[in-house]
Amino acid sequence: MRCAFFLAKGGKTLQESIVRFDNISMQFPGVLANDKVSFDIKKGEVFALVGENGAGKSTLMNILYGIHEPTDGAVYINGHKVEKFSPKEAIAMGVGMVHQHFMLVPSFTVAQNIVMSKEPRRMGIFYDLKEANRETERLVREYGLEVEPEAKVGEISVGLQQRVEILKTLYRGADILILDEPTAVLTPQETEELFAVIRRIVKEKQMTVIIITHKLYEVMNISDRVGVMRRGELVGVEETKNVDERILASMMVGREVLFDHIEKTGEPGEVKIKADNLYVTDNRGLLAVSGVSLEVKAGEVLGIAAIEGNGQSELIEALTGIRPVQRGSFYICGAKADGMNPGQIRKLGAAHIPEDRVATGVSLKSTITENLIVGKEKLPAFSKYKLHLKQSSIARYAREVAEKFDIRGGGVDIKTEDLSGGNMQKVVVAREFSFDTPVLIVAQPTRGVDIGAIEFIHKQIIDKRNQGCAILLVSADLDEIFRLSDRIITMFEGRVTGEFKSGEIDKMEISYYMTGHRDGEGGENDK
Amino acid sequence: MSQLSEVFNIGLLQNTLRTATPVILAAMGGLLTEQAGIMNIGMDGMILVGAFVAVAFSYLCASAAMGVLMAVLSGILIGIFFAVFVVKLRSDEFIIGMALNTFAAGLTVYLLRSIFGVKGTFSDAAIVSLPTVHIGFLENIPVLGPLLNDNSIFVYITWLLVFLTWLFLYRTPYGFWLRASGEHPESLETAGISAHKMKFIASILCGIFCGFAGAHLSLGYLTMFSEGMSNSRGFIAFACVIFGMANPPKVFLAALLFGFLQALGLRLQSVGVPADITSTIPYLATVLMLIYIVVSTDRKKKNKAKKQLERI
Repeated sequence: MRCAFFLAKGGKTLQESIVRFDNISMQFPGVLANDKVSFDIKKGEVFALVGENGAGKSTLMNILYGIHEPTDGAVYINGHKVEKFSPKEAIAMGVGMVHQHFMLVPSFTVAQNIVMSKEPRRMGIFYDLKEANRETERLVREYGLEVEPEAKVGEISVGLQQRVEILKTLYRGADILILDEPTAVLTPQETEELFAVIRRIVKEKQMTVIIITHKLYEVMNISDRVGVMRRGELVGVEETKNVDERILASMMVGREVLFDHIEKTGEPGEVKIKADNLYVTDNRGLLAVSGVSLEVKAGEVLGIAAIEGNGQSELIEALTGIRPVQRGSFYICGAKADGMNPGQIRKLGAAHIPEDRVATGVSLKSTITENLIVGKEKLPAFSKYKLHLKQSSIARYAREVAEKFDIRGGGVDIKTEDLSGGNMQKVVVAREFSFDTPVLIVAQPTRGVDIGAIEFIHKQIIDKRNQGCAILLVSADLDEIFRLSDRIITMFEGRVTGEFKSGEIDKMEISYYMTGHRDGEGGENDK
Repeated sequence: MSQLSEVFNIGLLQNTLRTATPVILAAMGGLLTEQAGIMNIGMDGMILVGAFVAVAFSYLCASAAMGVLMAVLSGILIGIFFAVFVVKLRSDEFIIGMALNTFAAGLTVYLLRSIFGVKGTFSDAAIVSLPTVHIGFLENIPVLGPLLNDNSIFVYITWLLVFLTWLFLYRTPYGFWLRASGEHPESLETAGISAHKMKFIASILCGIFCGFAGAHLSLGYLTMFSEGMSNSRGFIAFACVIFGMANPPKVFLAALLFGFLQALGLRLQSVGVPADITSTIPYLATVLMLIYIVVSTDRKKKNKAKKQLERI
């Protein structure tokens, strides 16, 4: 199916269009995800596609990979019009995609995942498992992407899983590689390694790479050209060398919001959160937190910088009473709190923004009003004798809070599941912040939230800090950690590996500590 | 002492094989749907329909083979019926499973009355039973001889099917796809293979296995059909699937264990233990097995944590 007409000899020629989007529109129920998008991607280039959450980047790439069929418009790959939209067809036309959430079967081995759907066989029907391993080793040698063919995918690191995903597309002969937010789960070092791989396959194998990302410095670092999307429309396509981060950011949001300075005032007061040598296990019963001690004072933000899965989630769950503590103890506002349930810990004066708003932050089927009132429903202002709810004062309260926290999306009586991610998160923030507690435990406050909402939530957090709240912040977003924190601790494999005053350290340096280097240690760590 | 030998003798093992066989067959089907990510509690109904169809066609065509063939065909139809609702229309698998059981109970009673004009039980000399297998050279071997000889042909086919199920799941690409369709369907879809299709196939295979199980039940040793004769074997099979973690050899062992307990119950009756008590043994054991699974995994977790803390 590959078209000989377009195969250029003598390496990279940037003139030929390998993918062409022609007037693509995509209508989902209630959402126009793509609105008449047209542009070309050239053979052998690295094309970055940027935009806020919900701007339509992933939808567009899912169309290219055949997962969605566009409502209107046409896609051309290698000069051929795509007639039938299915991943099978796309794979046959040389398109490979690494999804944001990896498409890997955890209980299968690396090799079994790589060859899936094109398994080597014996006698026509039997799976040649050994040949699958050999095939994988061949790919590893050819592309220099080191993986262990017989390792179980569920047991290897996220960075390695991503390699498996890339090898999977290469095994199927892809020459167009789509990477959907590939660096969201990687450390800065792993990101550098990924970029090296991208550069190599583009240069040596004449591949075309399309990379979807939020992170503008990565666009500047890796791409030849960049396309910016906003609200389903293509705002523009530029040569990367002709733009900078600030220009791209303003194209993305339509106004300049990036990197405003947030005023921090006041001095830290007494210790409000204290953890003493905590040990916590994860769902599998393995130790996830090993001997963590920390203190957060009134009027300061302590940020925990760690790559996902290094114990920070379990630590937060322990401190909020969701997960039992195996050893050690912790104190909220001076009171010993280990062994308490979440309700008791809240009474000590802690509010909590959980990391997964959909699973634990809100009740999706309830209205915004109901979600806002939870935890306050027995206050005299909202109920008679803690029995009969005062509907009108609740409604008035919900409207006030929704206005104050800028919750948009159609009034306070709609179901929370109908809100966008950003507005849903604002519901959580609004509820938790309006308890007016002295302690806030905040996890991933702006994950999957658009830039406008990020700015708003950050301001709210700093306002709380300036009012004297003790805030413990966990975030996968280093920019967020740096922007909000007064002090930062790094965690790796359940242990604290470093503590810094914000401003004393930069992102590159902190990543050493996030990958297992400790204070005062110099050597390479193998993990 | 004599009472003990009346309970624990070669007959107990023979009975174990006989009672376990339909459960093993259904459980092999159940583990396929389980691996494909479908909670299938409709196996009992599938067995019941298979048992009825087998008897009906064995009687009408005067051929056991015809009975089995039609039981398998009915299994395919029910498998498709189940998959259309559960996979295609995305109905709740629990509700559809229950509906299937109720439907099968009603349908077989209705057909029993309208075709054969009997209530409760239909048995007739014209129903051809399944052949038994006699292996000559085993005759002179003690224990194994009487145990492995003169069983219904289905007992042997069942062992073969256990092996084939394992071979299919772990040594063919299709088995890998079927397992992927349950564990992580998106990864299969993006690899260009329809997860729905694999779930359909799992449902149909489950129907076939349950058709076999039903045929064995009504044509294996008894040659009759009685209302509700599946007698919750589908649920026991489901418990075996869970207990054996949907792995063919383990599920096979779990079903044998169940067969042993039921046979033990029958034997105990013969020495005067009340039937009301002995017939609860397999079910009680099932509950205990499932409690054991939960408790042991929980304990493993706690021990792991404890060991790690001790090491510090």
